[in-house]
Amino acid sequence: MMSAASKDIMVYAEFSAGSLHPVSFELLGKARELAAKASCKVLAVIVGSGLSEATRELVFHGADIAYAVDHPSMDGFDSRLFQQNIVSVVEEVKPGVLLLGATPIGRSLGPRVAAALGTGITADCTELDITSDGKLVQVRPAFAGNILASIQTSTRPQTATVRYRVMKPASRDTTREGEVISKPAVATEPSSKVLSRAKSKRMDISNAEIIVSVGRGLLKPEDIGMIRELAEALGAVVGSSRPLVDEGWTKKEQQVGFSGNTVKPKLYVACGISGSPQHLAGMRDSEHIVAINKDPSAPIFNVSDVGVQMDIYQVVPLLTEELRKRKKI
Amino acid sequence: MFFIGHITTPAGLVRSLSKPLHIIVLVKAVPDIEQVKFDEATGRIDRRNAKLEANPFDLNALEIAVRIKEQQGGTVSVLSMGPPQAEEVLRDTISRGADRAILMTDGAFAGADTWATSNSIMGGVRRLGQFDLILAGEKTVDGDTGQVGPELAALLDLPSECYVDSVDRVSDGNIEVTCDYGTHQYVKEVPFPCVISVTKNVANPRLPKLSDKIRSKKAVVEIWKADDIGQFVDKARLGTVGSPTHVIKIRTTSESKRNCRMLTGEPSKVAKELADTIEGWLVGGA
Repeated sequence: MMSAASKDIMVYAEFSAGSLHPVSFELLGKARELAAKASCKVLAVIVGSGLSEATRELVFHGADIAYAVDHPSMDGFDSRLFQQNIVSVVEEVKPGVLLLGATPIGRSLGPRVAAALGTGITADCTELDITSDGKLVQVRPAFAGNILASIQTSTRPQTATVRYRVMKPASRDTTREGEVISKPAVATEPSSKVLSRAKSKRMDISNAEIIVSVGRGLLKPEDIGMIRELAEALGAVVGSSRPLVDEGWTKKEQQVGFSGNTVKPKLYVACGISGSPQHLAGMRDSEHIVAINKDPSAPIFNVSDVGVQMDIYQVVPLLTEELRKRKKI
Repeated sequence: MFFIGHITTPAGLVRSLSKPLHIIVLVKAVPDIEQVKFDEATGRIDRRNAKLEANPFDLNALEIAVRIKEQQGGTVSVLSMGPPQAEEVLRDTISRGADRAILMTDGAFAGADTWATSNSIMGGVRRLGQFDLILAGEKTVDGDTGQVGPELAALLDLPSECYVDSVDRVSDGNIEVTCDYGTHQYVKEVPFPCVISVTKNVANPRLPKLSDKIRSKKAVVEIWKADDIGQFVDKARLGTVGSPTHVIKIRTTSESKRNCRMLTGEPSKVAKELADTIEGWLVGGA
């Protein structure tokens, strides 16, 4: 399909179990930017069950054409079934670029779709650019966040998963007009049988507005109570650097960084975190950053707005107390 | 059917399947990331001093495979693609319970992206012949893509599940797993043959016993060259030549530095100032 591909940019809108993942709007926002540079259209593909409302939203958020494969068999996420129906649309439409969210579903589905199409795929992009003739430049952090690699793909569609909460979401405009095209499902048989479905058990730190994160400055696992209290006073969730996850003091889903979660909260408070490249890769785009660390040369201060060069044990309890006082007023 | 998970099932509850399973575990030898030297100025990566070890996530996959085998009977084959030095890493998988270990190593495999890697692995899997289950770790610590498992599944047109936190049951013809896709957690029955990518939660890897280590020293790690899988995969799909993605530029992480205002003085004064600043941000919305 290499020769016949257009420059058009297609976004996979992630819909499962009745809801549209917000990463879809971020992809549409980026796709509009890229489409302006390459002078091409923004397309969306959505598969699932009960899609009419979500499909309209794709148009409101920037899709020129939204392709929907709506079938009750796709109520739950089934990677092979979703792949078969997406691939059928992509093969017909032949976009030059295909973007998916680097969410658990996107990371499970994207490689299947790309492999079935016989094209390359780049994981976890944090930046995207495009040339006027439609060559996609995909930037991803590599080697524990030490480097940023720019990658190009010789096959079409140039496929990439894009990190959640890195790109700016498209704004919603209900007067926007676009085309909605329904496609019949080419496959309706889920590969796996769903025995039960429940809300995710994972803590989703990437959605938190405020994060209080802790690193090696913590001396004993039980002292995490001090961090939790600060988080509580701020209405925050507790994040962690990798070493504490490796120690088993904090959980994997709390990990911020290259190999954990990318976060972009309104406020990030780094307690006793030195700021390895791999950690910075996951939090440096936060709106406001506070660093508390006794080592004045800690790299975390380079990416922070406000710094306190003190032991966390000295200042964290006082800060908690101070914040609690204000709440009472 | 029998239960696996984190709890050891009383032997009496174990009912064997009508035929023993063949489980393939994908293992990658990765450099110890702490030992990889990185030159900020040139952007060069120096892995020469970094010792190779099994990708930690793959050891969780191997452990659950060995537990299934121990309860059920069957064979665990470890399949890996990598440099010749990876042989020791594969020997280690034998001491951890693998029955055979195959290292696919050839210049023709080198420089592969995940598409080309998946094609090499597909060739290896096809050469292995009949199998029921392919287990992979969630991702590797060096590449960090997690793509090879699902790419391989699509190439073989098999069902796949990722982010599998526990293997709950193995029956004739299928495996029951709990997987968490971030928005929802599913308990699914996945028919054999299939590809399952597991998280670290699935099972803690065992430490090999000394006797197992000694035994593995004599074990043979099978070496497969590109020619050995030539009839199972198109050679044009392998290595650098077969890779559709190319790194065109490397740069060090741009130091998007901020001007950090340092708060100094008595801790109580600092705490007050910090609380003021934070309050300003959160209330002001700026």
